[in-house]
Amino acid sequence: MSLIEVRDLSVRYGGHRVLNHVDISIDRGEIVTIVGPNGSGKSTLLRALIGAVPVAGGRVSRATDLRIGYVPQKLAIDPTLPMTVARFMSLPRRQSATDVAAALEQAGVPDLSDRQMTDLSGGQFQRVLLARALLSKPDLLLLDEATQGLDQPGSAAFYRQIEDVRARLGCAILMVSHELHVVMSASDRVICLNGHVCCQGTPEIVASAPEYRALFGSGTQGALALYRHDHNHSHDDGCDHDHAHDHSHGGAVTPLHQAARDKVH
Amino acid sequence: MLDDFMIRAALAGLGVALAAAPMGCFVVWRRMAYFGDATAHASILGVAIALALSVSVFLGAMVMALLMALAVTALSGRGYAVDTLLGVLAHSALAFGLVAVSFLSGVRIDLMAYLFGDILAVGKMDLAVIWGGAALVLALLTWRWAALLTATLNPDLAHASGIDPRREQLVLTLALAVVVAVAIKVVGVLLIAALLIIPAAAARPFARTPEGMAVIAVIVAALSVLGGLQASLLYDTPTGPSIVCVAALIFAGSAFGSSLRRA
Repeated sequence: MSLIEVRDLSVRYGGHRVLNHVDISIDRGEIVTIVGPNGSGKSTLLRALIGAVPVAGGRVSRATDLRIGYVPQKLAIDPTLPMTVARFMSLPRRQSATDVAAALEQAGVPDLSDRQMTDLSGGQFQRVLLARALLSKPDLLLLDEATQGLDQPGSAAFYRQIEDVRARLGCAILMVSHELHVVMSASDRVICLNGHVCCQGTPEIVASAPEYRALFGSGTQGALALYRHDHNHSHDDGCDHDHAHDHSHGGAVTPLHQAARDKVH
Repeated sequence: MLDDFMIRAALAGLGVALAAAPMGCFVVWRRMAYFGDATAHASILGVAIALALSVSVFLGAMVMALLMALAVTALSGRGYAVDTLLGVLAHSALAFGLVAVSFLSGVRIDLMAYLFGDILAVGKMDLAVIWGGAALVLALLTWRWAALLTATLNPDLAHASGIDPRREQLVLTLALAVVVAVAIKVVGVLLIAALLIIPAAAARPFARTPEGMAVIAVIVAALSVLGGLQASLLYDTPTGPSIVCVAALIFAGSAFGSSLRRA
């Protein structure tokens, strides 16, 4: 059975529907990426998975005793709260000093354990967050834009570590990312989200799906070129799918891509 | 030994310090300073009601403080800013409390004793209630410590670890109401917030972990109680305010010391 299964999930903020009839399920050991424009409900979906937002409809069912590791998009620690890295790693469950040291070592930040969390750089902070999430030996790791604040080598190393983590722990990974090229090549499955699930499947399938192209354009920052070349020029798909969201639909293919690109950038 | 009023006063003060200081750390971390103030002010209404019904003043104050805290929690996020809401509720409760006390014509009440505390008049029964309340608060905080800390750090991290931040908020609210109730006798409703916040604030520059900060805050609070008692005996000053004055001086020293260390 799946680790986590979302059926017909709807979430509202005020009167605004953020998520609409979303169906998703994550299996053990999968790496799944959610892509979608700003405001498409990606973070909300992750927060709904951990039970942090009230659902307006549908349900989220977790496997029994599912351990979730969560790396939030940002984490502001109040300056009045003193917190060393080592202490942070032991929240909420106490971890042995050797485990903490090993986790920090693995995250590439071995010398930080005595530092205050508020003194860390953005990149160090992200690595510590990941190390903490991994300490609980999660079945499912949720990463919300986890490479924010990392430079390019840092983010490449981060994704290598993710793959390594999956190989070692066998955990499933569900991540939200803007870095399309990295994400597309590292994932088993991609879910394209814009309030609802526009399309999902292997990166190849999603990259060539008209719904995806409507959101990201066909030549998105060379992202697809890095991934697959042969799909880049198949411009003949019409737009015959049913889109509930409100991007402008041109009848012809080229204006549609143009409109989508204007919307994204 | 308990027959000496100074010993009883010191023990009462230390009991309150032991509970108020760690609780005060959470008040500071969660930016609930006004929240603490509001609950404390509301308790005077509880005192008046308790006197009218001739039930325990501790009980009345605690129930009212709890009701106030729950009301603020329920009303916040409904269009009013929290500080506005607290300003309205806290002072309304204080005003209603003062008016309600004036209706109690049968008994002559020394209002000052509830507004500024009357630690020198603490009896053996009071002492039992104070230490019982303090033990309850400490037990509650120790039992929920990791969950409270995680929820304070970030509600989403708490959710992901299977901790419900709203439940932890409720635990803190409950503990706060108990602290307010036991502290009335010692510093009075007007100065309870000071006893919560000043020791925690004074401890912050010298702490590296949350636990360290709680321990240092307890030490600061205990020193303030003993120092304040001494000072009030020496200079014949009101005891509750003297305790807060000593705490404030320690805070000033801590702030000065930490700025020197940084320079």
